[in-house]
Amino acid sequence: MEKFGFSLSKARVINYDANDRGIVRYIIEREPSLKLCIECGCCTATCTTGNFTDFSLREIHILLKRGENEQVREKIRKCMLCGKCILVCPRGVNTRNVISVAKQAFRKTEGYEL
Amino acid sequence: MGRHVVVIGGGTAGMEAAGRLAREGVSVTLVEKGNELGGHLRDWYHLFPNRRSSDEVLEYLRGLVSHQNILLMKGRKVTGFSRKGDEFAVSVENGETINADAVLLATGFDLFRSERKEEYGYGIYDNVISSADLEAMFRKNELKLVNGNKPERIGFLHCVGSRDEKAGNIYCSKLCCVTAVKQAIEVRKVLPSCKVFCFYMDMRMGGALYEELYKEAQEKYSVSFIRGKVSEVAVNIQNRLVAKVEDTLVGRPLKMELDILVLMAGMEMSEDGIRLADEAKLKRGENRFFQPADHHFGTNMGNIKGVFYAGTCTAPLNITETISHARGAVMEIVNYLNQEK
Repeated sequence: MEKFGFSLSKARVINYDANDRGIVRYIIEREPSLKLCIECGCCTATCTTGNFTDFSLREIHILLKRGENEQVREKIRKCMLCGKCILVCPRGVNTRNVISVAKQAFRKTEGYEL
Repeated sequence: MGRHVVVIGGGTAGMEAAGRLAREGVSVTLVEKGNELGGHLRDWYHLFPNRRSSDEVLEYLRGLVSHQNILLMKGRKVTGFSRKGDEFAVSVENGETINADAVLLATGFDLFRSERKEEYGYGIYDNVISSADLEAMFRKNELKLVNGNKPERIGFLHCVGSRDEKAGNIYCSKLCCVTAVKQAIEVRKVLPSCKVFCFYMDMRMGGALYEELYKEAQEKYSVSFIRGKVSEVAVNIQNRLVAKVEDTLVGRPLKMELDILVLMAGMEMSEDGIRLADEAKLKRGENRFFQPADHHFGTNMGNIKGVFYAGTCTAPLNITETISHARGAVMEIVNYLNQEK
């Protein structure tokens, strides 16, 4: 078939109602401090990984809350679990455990490889 | 000079000031345009930050104004006032004139009329309501949709009519953030299965115990906060509201269905206050509220000697601040009456 160079762009909109928030529910049950995040970005600012790659723990928190799981599944592999983020969090979120539990949650779903 | 003061407006500020003036031995005429004292407080259910019933505060204020030095005039509007020598002549509807040695304006605020932000659909879609409408629902214990169903998801939209040049108000009304948080908690208490979202530009929790309330809303009541201002509201084929917003912390647009959208209406200088101010040539600021003689030392006074201000006719204030401001006005008035004597 002739190709004319046209393509469809995927919508960038977060469709909140279509997204599955099972992963974030799983995390909040085990690490309820995730609810306290105020998106200040201290975790990202102090994160070694974040200083060398596009890894942002703040972004991961919010993507989880919106049910944008596929992006998170890839991104969290970069975390080295050093825990500096916990030290700087003004709201006392156990940020490292959020990542650990998130990994657990993804492991329970199909297709995850560590 | 005598010791008679006319207080215009029988809301929180007017009642507090009248009661305190009376206790200082000043004779007071308290004029209220409505048939009841208490102002906006009568429309509110619980007050932040401790969710105390507004009826308790009303009871305190009513106790304060039942004093032999206070003459109450309810259901009467002040039409204007003018200075004649040392005295003021305050004219009241149906032709009566009251003489006074000083005038205290406690004309309060009007809630922003949410239909002015047409894109949010207030007055167009049944389940788009204002923060005041929600308080009325709480008071009647009737938190439900127009069709009688229980809401499963409620959104709160901050800054409706505040920080918005299109609405003519660049200032922050400063109470709506904490009101939204308080109302979000109330919703979760009444309907624990209902999910609650706050759409905000900044969380301005600069008051005693506000931040604590915000944290409690997250921790104990699982209220979700989405940073972004809803740009428009529509309904889908199921007749459910659909809000469009940018989730600015993700950097992508987001759409969400809602059963009820609560518009956090801001505070504006009252229309009656504007009318009185302009007639008496009292200066108003760019935000239309009375312009104080000095932003630090003179917030109870304006540009006419013997005319004083109390409460939200000067700026958005909460109940605590309004009461303190009214007490400040009392001190200024007593000083004025003593000096002029």
